Amino acid sequence: MKMTGGDAILRCLEAEGVEVMFGIPGGAIMPTYDAIARGTTVRHVLARHEQGAGHMAQGYARASGRVGVAIATSGPGATNLVTPIADAWMDSTPLVCITGQVRTPLIGTDAFQECDITGITLPIVKHSWLVQDVEDLAPAIKAAFHVARTGRCGPVLVDVPRDVQETVFEFAYPETVDLPGWRPPTKVHPLQIREAARAIAVARKPVLYVGGGTLNGDACEELFELAEAGTLPVVTTLMGKGAFPESHELHFGWPGMHGPKWSNLAMNTCDVLVAIGARFDDRVTGKLAAFAPGATVIHLDVDPAEISKLRSADIPVVGPLSSALASLATEVARHRADGVPAPEPWLDQIRAWREEFPLRYDANGAWLKPQRVLERLQELTAGTDVVVTTGVGQHQMWAMQYLLSERPRSFITSGGLGTMGYGIPAAVGAKAARPEATVVCVDGDGCFQMTAQELVTAVVEELPIVVVLVNNGYLGMVTQWQDMFFDGRRSHVHLTPDVPNYALLAEAYGGVGMVVTNEEELDDALAQALTLQRTVVVDCRVDPVEQCFPMIPTGAAAVDMLEYQPPAVEEAKAS
Amino acid sequence: MKHTLSVTVEDKPGALNRITTMFARRGFNIDSLAVGPTEREGVSCITLRVDCSRHTLEQIEKQIHKLVNVLRVTELVPGEAVERELLVVRVSAPGDRRAELVTTAQALGARLLDVGRESVVLELAGSPEELDGFHQLCEPYGVVDLVRTGRVGVPRASAERRVPRRLAAIR
Repeated sequence: MKMTGGDAILRCLEAEGVEVMFGIPGGAIMPTYDAIARGTTVRHVLARHEQGAGHMAQGYARASGRVGVAIATSGPGATNLVTPIADAWMDSTPLVCITGQVRTPLIGTDAFQECDITGITLPIVKHSWLVQDVEDLAPAIKAAFHVARTGRCGPVLVDVPRDVQETVFEFAYPETVDLPGWRPPTKVHPLQIREAARAIAVARKPVLYVGGGTLNGDACEELFELAEAGTLPVVTTLMGKGAFPESHELHFGWPGMHGPKWSNLAMNTCDVLVAIGARFDDRVTGKLAAFAPGATVIHLDVDPAEISKLRSADIPVVGPLSSALASLATEVARHRADGVPAPEPWLDQIRAWREEFPLRYDANGAWLKPQRVLERLQELTAGTDVVVTTGVGQHQMWAMQYLLSERPRSFITSGGLGTMGYGIPAAVGAKAARPEATVVCVDGDGCFQMTAQELVTAVVEELPIVVVLVNNGYLGMVTQWQDMFFDGRRSHVHLTPDVPNYALLAEAYGGVGMVVTNEEELDDALAQALTLQRTVVVDCRVDPVEQCFPMIPTGAAAVDMLEYQPPAVEEAKAS
Repeated sequence: MKHTLSVTVEDKPGALNRITTMFARRGFNIDSLAVGPTEREGVSCITLRVDCSRHTLEQIEKQIHKLVNVLRVTELVPGEAVERELLVVRVSAPGDRRAELVTTAQALGARLLDVGRESVVLELAGSPEELDGFHQLCEPYGVVDLVRTGRVGVPRASAERRVPRRLAAIR
């Protein structure tokens, strides 16, 4: 069928089963937006900033398990996508970005809104295409989706010059992908499985260290089977949160810098550490040389480059996690049936640590405590279909600690890149993916201002989200570090809790604003916000000096983590 | 320790750029680099010389292998591969010492490419070690310009046919 390149882009997206894309039009992408106006089955969500569009596509991808699609114009439109692309790269989120480019004869001439976006994004994409011939357009988009979602998921970029979008050609969507160099592993070596299963089964102190790859690999059911088959304790990383039901008796928290002490003790004193789609990030390991010193490491990953990157793997298992975990579950179950005992004393030990070192904070005093906000949110949403997104900082860590994620893809956060401002647009994208779910963005006041404009998108596009703003008036995590490691010299961290007036701002954006200063108000506001079916900002004015504990100081061994310390200073509460 | 990697890639725009960007980003250093066509149309070979530990080498191999345009990564193991390089040098050669230089150079297999009043241009193709020796030989005369192509290589024909060494994790 004859059509323009712009129309062809949409036919490609339709052929890929794309339901929604997030973007903003501009000069170099106009022929494609004209094609959108002429008709497509793909819903277009108009963001207010391309960064927002990118994070929405990420939120959509993480909530749905499908590829997220963001679309933007050339130059600044494209550069505004760089942060979401980098974020998707670090967290392995499948993302296809389509950008307009200046006309092919103008490329390289510093034309208006020209920038070399394929060059700029080279280190943070799995692959990218600059389509200079319309005949290459459909194969490039087909390949883009294939690369984004196969192997280890991640971002790709297709840059399409304006004249390519305008050229009329005979369109046909290719049925196959011609990528001779792209061969992610599809099978798991049975010998490696057998060896791993034996090591896991006979371990006296095993731990399953579950990362985001388990969610990306749709391997959560198989993980559940393995954990139950072997009676194996599970810790889930920030990115893996939700891969294993957190109220399950085999779930033992979250490892790393602000994970509970019992989780870190379990990880660091285990004899067999089974890393599943996890990558030994420095925020998880603390001082690498001191991390889990006695453990035999079994590392399962679809990306061979993660094996032995940071911690040498004793038993590498490369391949899709769903089939690897399914095989492991079967083998481990066989060992148990043969009489190899479950590690009950070890489970008792971890439970004892959980009793000895619980998450603690001091709820007394005039201020509403941030931890209490998260506790109440957990209590009020328990058992409901809720998807949580977060920004980055103290509130994110408290969300990890106090919210229990029971289902896969119900906790969406920026783990690797640590992108402040991720929460609100990711929530909008998650709502587009899961309209029936209540989508809550737990945000900090620092993060909020970075992407608050997307509240407009939530309102106008009828993708309502509830923002629970943990507002301490500070860039809280930086403040905490300054107080702990820089002799308390506060350097440019004070934001003020009431400028802007967040509730008024929410109203200005067409949403509902509420201010909460104590627990009673908190309960009322949360209960209302969760049932209103509108975009709501609950501005929770919390104790500005509360710090996030426990904590592994940078460079320290995980076992030396600091436990809760009451704030050394106090800040008076007005009224 | 130095290692030679032979990387075959689809001859697509940016393929080399993706490899060098990956090296830069991950903090790996490239000692030498040679790029050219192969026996297969649309396939180029990039030969990289790197100075790193065995662990880093495996990381490099795996990271290169993930690049979409990369078809194959193999290490050219010393003793199991023939490696060659081309050196072109302009050497200062006043009349009284010219004959001595040219004779010695030709005895080593070098060719005389150009002759000027003050200098001569010589080329030598050979193993990188032979080139090192030739370079040293030219030094006393005064090396004006010297370029080397970076090494290229193929597995030995005489060596028993064996599977090129691949990384353990994807074997």
